[in-house]
Parts: sequence; C-alpha cells; structure tokens
Amino acid sequence: MLSDKAKEEILEIKVRYPDRRSSTLPSLYVAQEDQRWLSSETIAEVAVLLEMPVRMLHEVATFYVMFETKPVGTHLVEVCDNISCALRGGEEVLQHLEQKWGIKRGQTTTDGKFSLRGAECLGACGTAPCLMIDHRYWENLTLAELDRRLATLTDDPHHTAGDLAEAPIPAVKG
Amino acid sequence: MAPNFPLILTKNMTRPDSHRLSAYTASGGYNSWKKTLKELTPDQVIQTVKDSGLRGRGGAGFPCGLKWSFVPRQSEKPKYLACNADESEPGTFKDRMLMTRDPHMLIEGMAIAAFAIDCHLAFIYIRGEFALEAIILENALAEARAAGHLGKNIYGTGYELDMMVYRGAGAYIAGEETGMLESLEGKRAHPRIKPPFPAVVGLYGSPTVINNVETLANVPAIIENGAAWFAAIGTPKSTGTKLMNISGHVNRPGVVELPMGTKLMTIINDYCGGVWHNRKLKAVIPGGSSVPVLTAAECEEVTVDYDSLAAAGTMLGTAAIIVMDETTCMVQVASRLTRFYDEESCGQCTPCREGTAWAFKILDRLVHEGGEPHEIDLLLDICDNMGGRTICALADAAVGPIKSCIEKFRPEFDYAVRHGSPMKGRMADVPGFDVTATVGARG
Repeated sequence: MLSDKAKEEILEIKVRYPDRRSSTLPSLYVAQEDQRWLSSETIAEVAVLLEMPVRMLHEVATFYVMFETKPVGTHLVEVCDNISCALRGGEEVLQHLEQKWGIKRGQTTTDGKFSLRGAECLGACGTAPCLMIDHRYWENLTLAELDRRLATLTDDPHHTAGDLAEAPIPAVKG
Repeated sequence: MAPNFPLILTKNMTRPDSHRLSAYTASGGYNSWKKTLKELTPDQVIQTVKDSGLRGRGGAGFPCGLKWSFVPRQSEKPKYLACNADESEPGTFKDRMLMTRDPHMLIEGMAIAAFAIDCHLAFIYIRGEFALEAIILENALAEARAAGHLGKNIYGTGYELDMMVYRGAGAYIAGEETGMLESLEGKRAHPRIKPPFPAVVGLYGSPTVINNVETLANVPAIIENGAAWFAAIGTPKSTGTKLMNISGHVNRPGVVELPMGTKLMTIINDYCGGVWHNRKLKAVIPGGSSVPVLTAAECEEVTVDYDSLAAAGTMLGTAAIIVMDETTCMVQVASRLTRFYDEESCGQCTPCREGTAWAFKILDRLVHEGGEPHEIDLLLDICDNMGGRTICALADAAVGPIKSCIEKFRPEFDYAVRHGSPMKGRMADVPGFDVTATVGARG
C-alpha cells in the first residue's frame, strides 16, 4: 500500500498539468520511490488515485527503463557501456563487477544487496567511464576507486553514494 | 588555435556559484528578457533570430527563427514551448553542463522564445537520469519566480509566463520531438506521423515549438548584441559558437565552446591534448552515434559546422565528437551502436524494430564467433530496407554507423567473418582497466 505521503503527493500532481494524463510519469516516480518498485497492485493504486484506466499507467511503467516492474536489489548499479564509456573501460567495469559479485548483468546478488545492469549512454561521456547507483552518477571511474566507494554502501536502501547536492558538476574546458 | 571570438554559452561558467541567479544577473542576466518585454514585438524577436542565422543545436540544424514563425498567430488554443533537454545521443553531454552551470541562461532564452510565439506556459523535458540537473533547474525557476522574471505580471508589462520541469524516465526515443510530446502527455514516447508538424498540432493538440537547450541558451546574447554580431561568428551558413563534446580516446575529454567552422583536428589536438597514450588516430564520429564515421584521413581537413561535415558525407549532429584510437575494433563499434538502436527502437515500425534486431544479431555473432561472407552484404541490404521507411529518423540513425563502418573499414569485417573480432567483445585496448589483473590480485 502506498504511504499517505505518497498518496498526497500524487493527488497534488494530478491537478498540476493542463491535462491530467501528464501526471502519469511523475506519479509513477512517487510510487516507485515509496515502494521501491512498481508491482501491479501499486500501479493499480496509482490508477485509482489519478482516476485513469490501469492500462494507461501500465503501458507507461513498462515502456520506460527507469520504472522497475520487478523487484530490485537494495542498490541498483547501472554501468554505461555505450560507445564513449566502452572506449574508456565501461565494458571492463561491467566485467569487473560481474566477477566481483559472481553474477551476470541483469541479475541480483544472492544477498539482495546489488542489482547489476548495463546502461545506455547516460550523457556523461566527458567523464567516462560512468555508472549510476540508485540513480546517482559516479563518474571518472577507476576499478580501485569503484571498489573503495562500493565498500561504503550499507544495507540501508536509502543510503546511497552521497546525496544529490554532492554530485559532481561537469568541468568547463578552454 | 581558433581565432578570437566572444564566448556566448560558457561566459559565466567560471564564476563561483554560476548556477545562481545572483551570479547570472551580475553579468547582465535577464536584461535581454526585460528589453524584449518592454521594447520589442514578437515579430521583431523572430526577425532578429532569423537574421542571426541561429540553427537548431539538437541535431537537425533547422533555422530557429523560421521554426518560431510557423506557429499560427490566430490560434484559439494556448501555444506551448517545450525545451528538449532529453540529452541522450551517445557522445553528447553539453546540455547537462549548460543546465547545471548556467540554468538561468536557458530560462531567459526560453522566456524570449515564449514571448515570440505568445506562449504562457513552457516545459523543460529533461531525461530521467538527470535527477540532479532537474533539481538545479527547479531551484533556478524558483529563484526566477521570486525575483519577478517569471510570473503573472512580469516587469509590470502584464505578460504572464511560467515554466515546468518534466522528467522523462529513460527512453532515447523521447528525444525525438514528437516522441517527447507524447511523453509529456504522459504516454509512451511513440513518435507521431508528420504532418501535422508540432508548430500546428503539438502538445495537447496545440501549436508547440520544440527547441534544444543549447539553441535556446543562445537567444539572450542574440537579443542583447544583435543579429549581425551573432552572424559574424562562425561561418556564413553555420553562425555562432558551438559546444563541442569530445569523448573517447583523447587526453582531456570534455565540453569546449568554439566558433562553428573550427578544424576538427584543432579541437582534438589543441583543446583535448591529442589522442591518448601517443597512439594514432583511427576514426572519429563527429556528431553523435547516429552520424557516419570519418576515417583519420578524412578528419584532416574537415571543419566542424553544418556544411563542411555534410560535404564530407556525415553530419554536425550535436557536435558529439567521439575519438577512436588505432586499437579500436570497428566491428565492435558497429555492433555496440546497433545494440543501442535495437534497445531504443520504440517498436512502432516494422523496418526499425526488426531491422535493428536482426542487424545486431548478425553483428554480435560477427564479433564473438565470425560468420558467413554473404552476411556483410546482408547487413547492407537490411540497412537499405530501414532508412527512410519509418515514422521517425531512428532507423536512419541506426543505419549511419553500420553502413559507414562497413564501407570504410571493410577489411575488419572480412577478418571478423573468418575469425570473429580480434578484441573479443572489448571495443578497444584501455590502459588501467585490466580486469583479470584486478580481480586476480584480490583473490
């Protein structure tokens, strides 16, 4: 069940846009933040709050990769291995984590702590290789630095790698 | 080095707290917006932007002022402006810098564009992964509202304007302008059949202008300094400066602002410290993953602007310059990029949905196992049946890297047919990323 806070937020989002249907993506974000993933029951709850057919929310939840329609580990690790990252070690970062955790990309560690995935270009190609942990960017990775920072992550799903305000802002050249 | 030129987009970025309103107004920020509201008519704004020669920075290069002029004046429906901040073209990371370092420049540009088309509610559609950037934009909008740059009766002129940030949720296709409109409407980002074009039937069925972040960020400087000033920078048909995104095998990757028409090799050698590890240049993708690749020899003379790159058989795109050294396996490059388009195809059109999937199957097998000699021609045949046969340009984008890699690096594909890729799944040799060594050492 969605928390009261999440329900309130969704009802506020419902009347925010010129057309109510625009509230689907922002509402699903709220529900996912609240429940960690979007089960059919959660999606149905959002649909009732927004007074929309479940289908409309389900088709959105299943189209966008940032919406989780299956349970995920405590920390979601998404490594970019598209061209600019692959040219600077993105594929090796993925292989390193696969070996370290004994899983393949697309799987979750048996203790449920880490889910590992490949990601498409994250738009941080100047600071490649990069990855996202719990939707926060880690950039300019080396394998040693990656291991050091991963070791600081706890089992608390709300403990991520520093809050958003600390995320690096890309450097200016020239 | 490039000739002297005025910095437009990055001029504030070295100031402390450049993302704050105080830093922006200290350098004359929002003066163009004041001037627009108090002294100019929408027609004058559109004419100035037309005269400046400003073309879209999102990839297609469409003249910006002309796009604005397509919005019907006498429409009973509200008009909308949507800023495309769904920066997802592989190799592109310039808009992220603009939004984090100088969000008010974007907001001011959007305000002027909104006035030009009589819009009172504008949207910034930002890719979902940019959670931090979305917060920075929200904070900047709150600052602008509090200072009266946005709101009900701006500067006492009676003009009303507000803006909203809308987060996507991970879909490359949402960067296609009509896919973006569908997503903004809360649906799957399936591109629409055109015509009608968004200027007539766009968001919520209303006239809508869609511009890229960098395009809009140029507008305040054009209004402040005039069309002639802007048109004097760059080349006659590619005016102004461009944020160059350089990634891959250079010593110092990053974003640099340079005039249109700067030589590609000047950018690589003088601004990015040259190819890394003293290796030789092999190839460059000059405009994001969707544009045809250039060989090292072709890179020698080209300049980075719309016309020079078009003459070289490729495109400026987003000026996402992806540099590849001599160790790079071009079969692996083609395979990885095709996987991207296969993953990101929305699935509406059969040639794209099936074509990208089959092309990737062949390329992936070429990389890992090898294949049959006729399969290279089969790949080209698949390409010929994808481009120009779909609702949007994603299929054409997918064809670009496959065809150009095969045409320009055919011997590598012939080798892969017999032996697979010599790199076996690694795109290039990356010093410092020896996986066996690090994992083995830890035991």
